[in-house]
Amino acid sequence: MNYLDEFRDRRLVHGLAERIRRLVSGSGRRMTFMEVCGTHTMAVCRYGIRALLPPEVRLISGPGCPVCVTPSGYVDRAVACSRLPGSMIATFGDMARVPGSTSSLLEERAKGREVRIVYSPLDAVALAVQNPHRQVIFLGVGFETTAPAVAGSILAAAAKNLSNYFVLASHRTIPVTLQTLSADPDLGLDGYLCPPHVSAVIGADAYRPLAEENRLPCVVAGFEPADVMRGIEILVWQVAEGRSAVEIEYSRVVKPGGNRKARAVMQEVFAPFDAEWRGIGVIPGSGLRIRDGYARFDAERQIPVDVEAPREHPGCLCGQVLKGKVAPAECPLFARTCTPEAPAGACMVSSEGTCAAAYQYAPASIP
Amino acid sequence: MCLGVPMRVAKIDGSEAVAEIDGVRRAASLLLLDEAVEVGDYVIVHAGFAISKLEPAAAQETLALMRELCAGDGAEG
Repeated sequence: MNYLDEFRDRRLVHGLAERIRRLVSGSGRRMTFMEVCGTHTMAVCRYGIRALLPPEVRLISGPGCPVCVTPSGYVDRAVACSRLPGSMIATFGDMARVPGSTSSLLEERAKGREVRIVYSPLDAVALAVQNPHRQVIFLGVGFETTAPAVAGSILAAAAKNLSNYFVLASHRTIPVTLQTLSADPDLGLDGYLCPPHVSAVIGADAYRPLAEENRLPCVVAGFEPADVMRGIEILVWQVAEGRSAVEIEYSRVVKPGGNRKARAVMQEVFAPFDAEWRGIGVIPGSGLRIRDGYARFDAERQIPVDVEAPREHPGCLCGQVLKGKVAPAECPLFARTCTPEAPAGACMVSSEGTCAAAYQYAPASIP
Repeated sequence: MCLGVPMRVAKIDGSEAVAEIDGVRRAASLLLLDEAVEVGDYVIVHAGFAISKLEPAAAQETLALMRELCAGDGAEG
């Protein structure tokens, strides 16, 4: 068992879809669930999950792509940093292509600036060690799956006494964000398909307030198509029976208590703050900033830079797409002036963006 | 960002492991894991760190349940 192929078995996916159809058919009850994980967004499109669901069950994509919810001002700041003599930007791949107000990191690289794509923030620490005369600035973007890793890189830099490693932190957290979305009457959500690897870190218990106080079913499902379909089935059962509980479909990885060590590392370095989410606005307590004790690694505090006034592409509806209010095909720019080759906004650029997923897998069949 | 995939631990050297999938090998720090791992275990590796161990028994249970549900009569699983 390699823990992948077995959960991609088409017979299971179709069998579970059939169970959902039997559950809802004739009941007239419509239900809307939201997934908030970029990899779920991609998997749902890649495996044609929506086409298998009955019309009564709607799955919408929320702000699950951390690159997509990062305000364009952050990209502008990263671009400005890349233009400083002696600096080296280290970043995850999709961040490099996101358009800022007038440029992107990839464009700056084409002009000769030092922009390095890395797989791990530890690679960025290694770059700092190998390039002692450069300021290496790592772009810390991601939810609670990634934040502990970035925190780990800061601890590694501290242990090595590095003075040329910095993090421009833009991490955001999931649970408080789900609370905010659940209060939106336009969305009319009946439950959440919860993000698997964020949940591996924070633990499924983190969703208990949503289930118990907001009365929203929360099911943590894996990425493979059988996991996704089973996760949706459990949500449908809960709604049909008038229950709202936290359930773990992805029990092979996610525990109720999560990974305490990863959380401890994250909390050692980062503290919550009121972060802005592109398209949503400020959500109190939803971001992570570097604590004062590690301020010497904070690019925002240590590396002053002039940042241009932010400008969004006119007509770009990323903000509405991120809240699940507009489907990609409903954006006038989608597949016309906004394509993966020439993206207008982050939703099309990121490997986990809702628009990128729709464009790649299902341009015609968006709900 | 959720690029974590299940990888098999091939080698362990203190807090550093080498994990592999489909012939691809990657360094994986064990510093964020709160459980012990051995060579042969599967871990979820994300951005250079193992963040969770994969439990084979739970995987088997989930699979068995799905298969039973698909063969069954529509009652809740």
